[in-house]
Amino acid sequence: MSIATFFAMGGYAFYVWTAYGICFLVLVFNILMPIRQRLSFLQELARKQQRQQ
Amino acid sequence: MKFIPDPVGKFFHRMASPPHFYALAGQMIPWLTGIFLVLLGYGLFAGLYLAPTDYQQGDSYRIIYIHVPSAWMSLFIYIVMALAGAIGLIWRIKLAEIMAISSASVGASFTFIALVTGSLWGKPMWGTWWVWDARLTSELILLFLYLGVMGLYNAIDDKRTASKAVAILALVGVVNIPIIHYSVEWWNTLHQGPTVTKMDKPSIHISMLIPLLTMAVAFKFYYVIAVLQRARLELLHRERTSAWVKKLVMEQNK
Amino acid sequence: MNPARRQRLILIVVMVVGIAIAVGFALKSFNENLMYFFSTSDVVAGKAPKAALFRLGGMVVKGTVQHPGKGLMVQFKLTDFTKEVTVEYTGILPDLFREGQGIVANGTLDARGVFIAQEVLAKHDENYMPPEVKASLKKNMPTETSQ
Repeated sequence: MSIATFFAMGGYAFYVWTAYGICFLVLVFNILMPIRQRLSFLQELARKQQRQQ
Repeated sequence: MKFIPDPVGKFFHRMASPPHFYALAGQMIPWLTGIFLVLLGYGLFAGLYLAPTDYQQGDSYRIIYIHVPSAWMSLFIYIVMALAGAIGLIWRIKLAEIMAISSASVGASFTFIALVTGSLWGKPMWGTWWVWDARLTSELILLFLYLGVMGLYNAIDDKRTASKAVAILALVGVVNIPIIHYSVEWWNTLHQGPTVTKMDKPSIHISMLIPLLTMAVAFKFYYVIAVLQRARLELLHRERTSAWVKKLVMEQNK
Repeated sequence: MNPARRQRLILIVVMVVGIAIAVGFALKSFNENLMYFFSTSDVVAGKAPKAALFRLGGMVVKGTVQHPGKGLMVQFKLTDFTKEVTVEYTGILPDLFREGQGIVANGTLDARGVFIAQEVLAKHDENYMPPEVKASLKKNMPTETSQ
């Protein structure tokens, strides 16, 4: 199988790759969001603590 | 009445202590991510490349490798969320409350993925993006239940009260789970019947079944990773005034 | 379990069971409306609406797909293996439309008892297999039909 036929997905390329693309984006977003929020929250707490000292 | 022997009870008690959980989750996440990526890599390769084309649907059927595991996860996570909510309600365990609310956003994501990928599959095969049949409608209600849980939790400032309200909503919504599962048998639907979970011979060829099950296991690992990430954030928020969080921040400041 | 916890547990169980029963009754009374389509037997028995739009589901009978006249107009018979209904449709058919395929059509019955479809959707089955496997299955069971 050539790379071109693989990506063509038997004529259903749009449907298959859009589905996989959206799935991937949602899954990545769901991991990165809480990490970013947690790190920024920790920084916020750190700033508060330094001000109190 | 005593169901749980002492050492086991102690073990769980220690596990459920917030600082211990926070640290342990942080240590487990890299390992879980490694396993997830290996499973995902194999599942995608097998599903998109190794698995043969379907006799009827051609290559469009390959959406099954994300659609069906996502749909399974959307039901599985809801049950976990409702159970965690019930445990939180009855035993007032803080960590159970956190697990319940942390599951909601992951479950909502999988429900969303199941609906969108199903739509992208329905258009070329059925000839329509969406129909209001029993299966699709009940899955959409599941999405609204998840969003309702998330919205209710955010709307109530006191997070312990919020957790109680959310647990009750989640428990009420449990009735939707068997409806989703059996909708294709109880009513005439455009959506076809179950493939893998039906009792007699499985109606999917083994070369297509293996990647499907691999993806299903990969998504289970993903759920654990995502829920632990959320739970760590939620735990920090709730415990921001406690000694262990202060110590954590102090060590970070050095 | 201490009494307070037991009471909460019982309360939750009663609540969930109660709601499940209520929803069960509601679904039972709405049963007809939750059916996405009527079967061909329903139509022949006169259970389907006479003047209104409704959906008809069934299998395309082999050898009945015809193109009378010119253009996109297509005529075929649908069956649920008991009764047959003739369907007429003008438009683009989904990729999966073929003889022996399960489909759902949306439209109305005309005076002749012919179903005039405005939309045709394909209903595929829950079987997934490579074409070679399907071919060998067909050889072994010549009467096998895909719904």
